[in-house]
Amino acid sequence: MMNSRAGDEPAIRVTGLTVRRGGRTVLHGLDLDVPHGSITGLLGPSGCGKSTLLRSVVGVQRTSGGEVRVLGAPAGSAGLRHRVGYVTQAPSVYGDLTVAENLRYFAAVLGAPAGDPARVIAQVGLAGHEQDLTARLSGGQRARVSLAAALLGAPELLILDEPTVGLDPVLRQDLWQLFRSLADQGATLLVSSHVMDEATRCDRLLLMRDGRLLAHDTPAELLRATGTADIDAAFLHLVQAEPVGSPR
Amino acid sequence: MNLRRTLATAGRVLGQLRHDPRTIAMLLVVPCVLLTLLKYMFDGQPGAFDRIGPALLGIFPLLVMFLVTSVAMLRERTSGTLERLLTMPLGRLDLLLGYGLAFGAVALVQAALASALAIGPLGVHVAGPTWLIFAVAVGDGLLGMALGLLVSAFAATEFQAVQFLPAVLLPQLLLCGLFVPRDSMATALRWASDVLPLSYAVDAMNRLTGTPGVGGAVLADLAVLVGATLLALGLGAATLRRRTA
Repeated sequence: MMNSRAGDEPAIRVTGLTVRRGGRTVLHGLDLDVPHGSITGLLGPSGCGKSTLLRSVVGVQRTSGGEVRVLGAPAGSAGLRHRVGYVTQAPSVYGDLTVAENLRYFAAVLGAPAGDPARVIAQVGLAGHEQDLTARLSGGQRARVSLAAALLGAPELLILDEPTVGLDPVLRQDLWQLFRSLADQGATLLVSSHVMDEATRCDRLLLMRDGRLLAHDTPAELLRATGTADIDAAFLHLVQAEPVGSPR
Repeated sequence: MNLRRTLATAGRVLGQLRHDPRTIAMLLVVPCVLLTLLKYMFDGQPGAFDRIGPALLGIFPLLVMFLVTSVAMLRERTSGTLERLLTMPLGRLDLLLGYGLAFGAVALVQAALASALAIGPLGVHVAGPTWLIFAVAVGDGLLGMALGLLVSAFAATEFQAVQFLPAVLLPQLLLCGLFVPRDSMATALRWASDVLPLSYAVDAMNRLTGTPGVGGAVLADLAVLVGATLLALGLGAATLRRRTA
């Protein structure tokens, strides 16, 4: 793709990103880079600003300061709309349409190839459910329909907000294998989770708390630097290392 | 704007309706049942139904389309599908026109059924051309749709969306000339009724039943309806923000 690697700019570059909502600062001047062709995990407790950061990268969040550049262009610009796939935390698909109808519609909007709905249905393991009404599926299945819609048109960047919530361990394993194969094919993934044990599956980690970045490193380096055995402990170590009375 | 995406959106909206046969049945049957009810309600007052029937042909499409669209669009906003669509290469106009085409088609079928019933079995006398009755009825349906799209931006829940029916449509219904001729209202109300689009729908229907041929006044009424629809669609498009708080 033209411009996709303009210069040496990373897939995502966030500088000084500040978001205020209702008089409260949700993100406090974040700086971060996400390299091409990698899986970056965004970890942190519920309510720490993960979704707000992801929405800013997709370009649907009203920001009050800083810059977000995605694939060499300002986040949310028109040229990015068929290059970035986005999965919101709550499944954003039509409950009153079948799985196949949902994906055919989103494929038509994206101008994706005619075979794409069948491909993504197989990728998320929903083969055999094409004609099921989406509202009648289980929560985990609905989440996978939503994920499938984001895979249409093979986007270069995937922004996934808690894509594995409520899935059984086998399905989670399958999805992480899918994410890995997409990254191996050159896609960049930014995946949020509040399940710390998913961290080891990522190339890089962003640890967040109260709208601030605690760490931005590879899982191995994070464990080494904090002298801990798992990401949960590393997170606790970083929180305790924060200056006492740091502003929220 | 892009034809493929607009048509895909219209097809998707109709697909959603297809999975909801009860809504389709109510959209099509309720106006016919109400017309029939009124016909026999005024059984003892010959001429009364001739006056009210045509006005109702202009009012039903607006009411029904307003309700259906405001709830459908609110669901689109609250389910996250609108946010997803706005991150995709879908123009706001593609979305609005897609809804317009789909619900316009429903309005057409509804208007055809209701007018056929009114003019045929219920015996409403129409002096003007029948196709103009359809045109005005469909125009009303589209206006209801555009108003529904617009108010959906100001409703946070489906309860609120439904409350916009009495808030936005009931005043128009009272002032449109259905209950009292518009000329006999207090001056201030007369002015209010002059700026409310439903008045023109009812005027057009009354003119069509009263005078033969295609009068310039009817076309002017129709133009006001189309203008109000475009204005509401334009304002509705402005409420579809890609970036939200």
